[in-house]
Amino acid sequence: MSRVLSYEEKDTWIHRLSGVTKLIFFLLWSITSMISYDTRVLLVMLVLSLVIFAMSKTKWKQVGTVFSFIMFFLAINLLAIFFFSPGQGTKIYGTETPLVHLFGAYTLTMEQLFYEFNVMIKYLTVIPAVFMFIVTTNPSEFAASMNRVGISYKIGYSMAIALRYIPDVQDDFAKIKHAEEARGIEMSKKAKLMERIKNMAAIIFPLVFSSMDRIDVVSNAMELRGFGKHKKRTWYMGRSLKRNDYLTIVFTIVFTVVALFITFRNGSRFYNPFI
Amino acid sequence: MKMKFGIKEVVAIGIGTALFVALTEVQIPLGFIPNTALQPRAALLAFLAAVFGPVVGGVVGLLGHALGDALFYGSVWWSWVIPEAVFGVIVGVFANKFAIKDGGFDGKAIVLFNVVQVIGNAVAWILVAPLLDIVIYAEPANKVFVQGFWAFLGNIIIAGILGTLIAVGYSKVGAKSSSLEKED
Repeated sequence: MSRVLSYEEKDTWIHRLSGVTKLIFFLLWSITSMISYDTRVLLVMLVLSLVIFAMSKTKWKQVGTVFSFIMFFLAINLLAIFFFSPGQGTKIYGTETPLVHLFGAYTLTMEQLFYEFNVMIKYLTVIPAVFMFIVTTNPSEFAASMNRVGISYKIGYSMAIALRYIPDVQDDFAKIKHAEEARGIEMSKKAKLMERIKNMAAIIFPLVFSSMDRIDVVSNAMELRGFGKHKKRTWYMGRSLKRNDYLTIVFTIVFTVVALFITFRNGSRFYNPFI
Repeated sequence: MKMKFGIKEVVAIGIGTALFVALTEVQIPLGFIPNTALQPRAALLAFLAAVFGPVVGGVVGLLGHALGDALFYGSVWWSWVIPEAVFGVIVGVFANKFAIKDGGFDGKAIVLFNVVQVIGNAVAWILVAPLLDIVIYAEPANKVFVQGFWAFLGNIIIAGILGTLIAVGYSKVGAKSSSLEKED
């Protein structure tokens, strides 16, 4: 399953940060990039996230496949925006600077290009942050650290179970799929839509039922061991926040506040170079 | 409403999320609208919410969608993560009425499940998702509503067919334990 991002152990200061620190960074970072349409802020964020990405020593082969996937989606999305609404840029920035007349009602304007450029860098600023978070955070340590900072350990445990069982469920899926294919089920594009839904059901049924069994087995096992009896529990992989964690969190919060301040200073979240 | 948060819920959220994430890459493309396809995971979420209630439904939707996006696409589209949670909560609210685990999922319950499922999908994908797209990403209204509508259509089909079938099947399996009769 190399098409999926996964944790890889390395020794950089980013890997040594607590999972919670990285979660806070990731959440605030994506919220800021979501809210802000200020090109200057977004460009600074893009550069910063590339720097962070480089510091995490992530190899291209860890993320390459997923990255090309995103680029494909991004390209389709940008084309769709233009196709559905070639005047969106003009609507937002209030001016119209035609560049080329394409066909019918479709005229490419400076404003539209600039707006879509902003949409693009908005996506691009989040991607390195997500890569960094997934690739450098040890799942067990993450669940344990969540509890350390005051989140209920039950939620931490749900998270740990989810991360722990994703590969297992994927394995199950692959096994069932191969078994069904060996019995002659057609899963490729050759089959008709209705046919494919039916064949999909042949895989998903056993998968869901075995997972429901697994829920019973795991929760019984946890119950027998007295899970949830006490208000607190200890963790093997837990890690308390260190100096670098506090520095990162403070930096993230300050950065978010400043970025939002700059974004909203001119009364709108768009940076408008056309006026 | 099932608002309890005990061991079963903890595990159901965990393994449910894992299932949801694993099914992220299982898609049947619908058409030329970007990022929309028939998603079996939507049927799974409807089923899990119907069995375990609104808390599990909501959290599996939220965590599952966010994690699935992050792991497979390296990016998180919050404007589509939140509607998924909304859908899970809406279906989950009626969990007691479906009585899937007790083998009571037939006739009226199936109709109710599908009515709720359609309403939930409509609220999530025709209302919440496009509005968030407009508010968060300032995307053109006509584009996001078309996208939302396709997602709605795809999800009601898949949840209606696959979701109902899984629920009926599981309800029958679950019922076995209580339908045993003591032999004299």
